[in-house]
Amino acid sequence: MPERSTLLRVEHLRKIYESATGDVEAIGDISFTMNAGELVCVVGPSGCGKTTLLKCLAGLLPPTSGLVEMDGSPVRGPSPAMAVVFQEYGRSLYPWLTVRGNVELPLRHKKLSRAERDTLVTDAIEAVGLPHAARSHPWQLSGGMQQRVAIARAIAYQPEVLIMDEPFAAVDAQTRADLEDLVRELHTTRRISTVFVTHDIDESVYLGERVLVLSNSPTRVQEDLAIDLPPERDQLTTRALRRFTELRTHVYDQIQRAKLGQVAPQSAR
Amino acid sequence: MRVLSARRLRSTRKVLLGVVGLVGFLVVWQLIPTLGLIDPEYLPYVTDVLARLVEEFRDLAFWRRLGLTMTAWAIGLTVATLAAVVLGTIVGLVPLLRRATHTMVEFLRPIPSVALIPLAVLMFGLQMRAALVIIVYASFWQVFVQVIYGVADVDSVARDTARSFGLTLRERLSYLVLPTALPYLLTGLRLAAAVALILAITAEMVIGNPGLGRMIELSRSAGDAVGLYALVVVTGLLGLLVNLVFRFIERRSLSWHQSVRGEEVL
Amino acid sequence: MTPYAGEPVTPYAREVVSGSRFRGAGIRIAAGFLFAFGLPFLALVVWGVWSTRSTNRFFPGPLTIGEAFVDTWVGRAFLDDVLPSLYRLGLGIVASIVVGVAAGTVIGLFRWLRELLEPLLEFFRAIPPPVLIPVAMLLLGITDSMKVVVIVSGAVWPILLNTIEGVRATDSVMTETADSFQITWWERLWFLVLPASSPRIMTGVRQGLSVALILMVISEMFASSSGLGYRIAYFQRNYLIAEMWSGILLLGLVGVLLAVAFGLVERRVLRWYHGMREVTRA
Repeated sequence: MPERSTLLRVEHLRKIYESATGDVEAIGDISFTMNAGELVCVVGPSGCGKTTLLKCLAGLLPPTSGLVEMDGSPVRGPSPAMAVVFQEYGRSLYPWLTVRGNVELPLRHKKLSRAERDTLVTDAIEAVGLPHAARSHPWQLSGGMQQRVAIARAIAYQPEVLIMDEPFAAVDAQTRADLEDLVRELHTTRRISTVFVTHDIDESVYLGERVLVLSNSPTRVQEDLAIDLPPERDQLTTRALRRFTELRTHVYDQIQRAKLGQVAPQSAR
Repeated sequence: MRVLSARRLRSTRKVLLGVVGLVGFLVVWQLIPTLGLIDPEYLPYVTDVLARLVEEFRDLAFWRRLGLTMTAWAIGLTVATLAAVVLGTIVGLVPLLRRATHTMVEFLRPIPSVALIPLAVLMFGLQMRAALVIIVYASFWQVFVQVIYGVADVDSVARDTARSFGLTLRERLSYLVLPTALPYLLTGLRLAAAVALILAITAEMVIGNPGLGRMIELSRSAGDAVGLYALVVVTGLLGLLVNLVFRFIERRSLSWHQSVRGEEVL
Repeated sequence: MTPYAGEPVTPYAREVVSGSRFRGAGIRIAAGFLFAFGLPFLALVVWGVWSTRSTNRFFPGPLTIGEAFVDTWVGRAFLDDVLPSLYRLGLGIVASIVVGVAAGTVIGLFRWLRELLEPLLEFFRAIPPPVLIPVAMLLLGITDSMKVVVIVSGAVWPILLNTIEGVRATDSVMTETADSFQITWWERLWFLVLPASSPRIMTGVRQGLSVALILMVISEMFASSSGLGYRIAYFQRNYLIAEMWSGILLLGLVGVLLAVAFGLVERRVLRWYHGMREVTRA
């Protein structure tokens, strides 16, 4: 494995929403670091501020206090180093553009030649397995295929970090397995650093090299767990491994504790 | 508490900005003739117009004219709505009729109602009845089209259910068709109300039957700019009032129904 | 009739499984034609018969009107009256769309501007558009540009208000997507804001079209010595009944053509929208 340098650093991140019914603390105090080339899953009970965390990482929301640092410089707004895949693919893809148009759109303002841009777009669409659908409109595709388009758009953008917000929450189980394998494949072949937010414990263990378990209000990192499964993963064999079951049970346990507000006593090892 | 007041602040800001916009408009209006950009003969001072407005409001003749205009509006709207509901329900319920009338409707609907003014004048002379022809023609289509949509929109499962339970035609109409079509009908009614007002005033301007519209035309030909502008403001307020009332009715009776439909005016 | 009998031998002959299906398609087309033109034809016939029996001189028969139509509008009158009217109408519509969409986009993008102008715009929209004709006559005199201004001052409101609403209601996730990919201002306008609000804009344009046509007619009835509206009013005043009817017919045709043209443009511009709606409904 190549040497890994720190890519993303989050320190004492805190986010408070002001609303009519009073202040809501979405994120209490989160700190973690992520190395280049890692695939980190963030998992936590529903309503624990996962999406807020992600928006802070992506620079879409300013944190109330704390620091998000990318390659040593603080994130103050959306940056070309990050690309987001949203959960609501139907609202994140533009229905008036074709698949190709959607993937190409973020590249328009990058200083690329026409040929370079075309290559990037074609390559990304092929990487997600949709070359036949390039000229269709997103709404002509199934939900899973639409999410593939969103992933293609993100990787064509050539970000340093790919940020995915519960991307597969709205697709059926079979499609979901295919998409998970796609994310694994993109990660192993392209070494794209990925932050993958999910509420699905199995998914986080299956996909991640690391799993960050978040606790509920105030949101903190309950546990930072390394997933010591072999890098070659497979829906059948990996999920059948005893280690997979152990890790899964452990994360489940941690999340139950998190709901009750207990602090992690020990690690899985 | 602090946040609560922040929200109130936001709505106060909205009201405040709205008032600022309104006042700003009036000030600009006042400044244009004051600075001599446009001769006050053509664009009178806003203060004069407002003073005339107050004067008119005290004048019984003004209210009589307003009454005539609104009478034409109300009769036209009622006749158009009744006709449109009856015909629309029949056509909407019978698919055969819907297909057969489609071309006819698509041809008749885009005919600008004001094109019929000469015909109406020939038939009824310079009277309110001539104006009514125009008003009814224009507002009829608004309701008619919406009623057809509404009646045809009855959920097919609900329709099959009703049939399987053997509901009579009357029961089906009142429990199935009416609730489905009601939101459409109210939308059509609101649009028709606006259209009917426009044409009531237009007809008076062009045909010359007594009412606000004729007064506008008389003010213009008499060179009474102040009176003309005051009456234009009155028609605007009237239009605003009609819009608000019908929007209120629509919202009140449809608080259970969240429908957003494309709207068509005129 | 035996299957395949008399059927032409074409590469597709195998698809024509039986004569009855072929006949079925023919019947369907015939029925469609009958449904489309049956009632209008019937109405014309009834009108024609009625007008020959009736003594009411205000309702000449369709043939008389047809004759008057050709006599009146084919030739000089087309150049002198129809074309100038249509030119002003077209100019007014284009100007309304440009002004309405441009101003609506700007107002829709800034909340404070929206809040500042909202009561004013509500008021202006509520003014019955024809009332603006005397005002425009006062300010601009009886000129061609006055008529165009009148058309714009009436037709611009539905377009403006619908554009504001469409721009304001741009989907939040779509906006966030544009944010996260740092799309430039122009790209955002062209690829996000305008397409996202195009369904509302088109609704506004459709409303604006009918207002524009009405204002074209009235402004000419009011203050003109040429144009369609003027001609029709002239015929009426001189009791040229059939000619007047032919004018009404022509206005109807203009209205229908405008609606058809709009339908074509709309289908093209909003192809994605209608396609999407069809998919979600299924």
